[in-house]
Amino acid sequence: MYAQLVKTAGTGVKTRAEMSDEERNFQDRIDRDEKIEPKDWMPDDYRATLIRQIGQHAHSEIVGQLPEGNWITRAPTLERKAILLAKVQDEAGHGLYLYCAAETLGVTRDELTEELLSGRMKYSSIFNYPTLNWADIGAVGWLVDGAAIMNQVPLQRTSYGPYSRAMIRICKEESFHQRQGYDIMMKMAQGTDAQRKMAQNALNRFWYPSLMMFGPSDKDSVHSAQSLAWKIKIDTNDELRQKFVDQTVPQAKYLGLTIPDEHLKWNEERGAHDFSEPDWSEFFNVIKGKGPCNIDRMKDRVAAWEDGAWVRDGLLAHARKKSAARTAAE
Amino acid sequence: MSKEWPLWEVFIRGQHGLSHRHVGSLHAPDAEMAIKNARDVYTRRNEGVSIWVVEAVHIAASSPEEKGPLYEPSNSKVYRHPTFFDIPEDVGHM
Repeated sequence: MYAQLVKTAGTGVKTRAEMSDEERNFQDRIDRDEKIEPKDWMPDDYRATLIRQIGQHAHSEIVGQLPEGNWITRAPTLERKAILLAKVQDEAGHGLYLYCAAETLGVTRDELTEELLSGRMKYSSIFNYPTLNWADIGAVGWLVDGAAIMNQVPLQRTSYGPYSRAMIRICKEESFHQRQGYDIMMKMAQGTDAQRKMAQNALNRFWYPSLMMFGPSDKDSVHSAQSLAWKIKIDTNDELRQKFVDQTVPQAKYLGLTIPDEHLKWNEERGAHDFSEPDWSEFFNVIKGKGPCNIDRMKDRVAAWEDGAWVRDGLLAHARKKSAARTAAE
Repeated sequence: MSKEWPLWEVFIRGQHGLSHRHVGSLHAPDAEMAIKNARDVYTRRNEGVSIWVVEAVHIAASSPEEKGPLYEPSNSKVYRHPTFFDIPEDVGHM
């Protein structure tokens, strides 16, 4: 999930008796699957939670360009380079759609950027892991984008109109990402011994961090219950994680690769795979900034923002000059 | 100063959840009247749940002569489509 551990504002789900008329009317609209639009009345906590969630989602798209950008200059062929470039370009676009959706809630783009650069807002933990060999780019597309799609497909039905429409557009484009990743994995897995080893190594390193993308188990969380009631969240973290594992197992088998979990097995009774939980202490460490790449990622984002200042200022000055010239000519 | 009312472009959201879509234009002295007129002209058969109007002079449009340079570069980038990659049926939907 690109938005993890999003704290839901408020005090949990209210009963109908506790709700004001406005709140009851709002909840009824959501229960009828009507979309909430920017000018509609909405509870302050709904607005605040959505800004956090969409903002974190947008930041993840932007920071997510970094691990893959690492391989643009050294992709093994010109075709792979062009494809990777197109994918990273898509991620920038996805960040843009999401920032725009967040802006309809009354926050500005610069405010969101500032929250990311100061570390007050987070991005997905997965992007704090390095991409060490070319198969990692395959694993990122296959597993990381696969997990993201698992989360984003249900979010197309989320209650907030602009968010839902952004998700629809993103999902349409995201399918290319996962397939290009799997395509790389197939090439590597069917290649030389050295290539197969790289593919297995990438799977070993990305498996558990991918499972962490869905966030910790949320079955006991009041916050999660409120987000589900508001249809900001559609499935629980555990439901999505299970679906992801069940989908990925046959894909790994086809590649002839081994998922690094000795407890992974089909459970006939549940009709689903049993699997090991990731190491949640590692997850919380990464969220707190102690992952392998947190410092580099933030350094790169801050540098991009600061080094780009003269471009933003220059274009704005040019636009103002042109506008003044036009006014003078009239 | 011209006494002609400005031209407004009208966008209607047909149903809950959909984007606003351009449906046409009309003349009106200000935004408030433009919305009222749009209601009368474009939603008489219950076509919409929300109306946007914007003065036509504020719309910047790409020019048709630039069609080539603008859109041709994406023709050669077929890999942006998911069907570019052959995925075996055994691995399920992707």
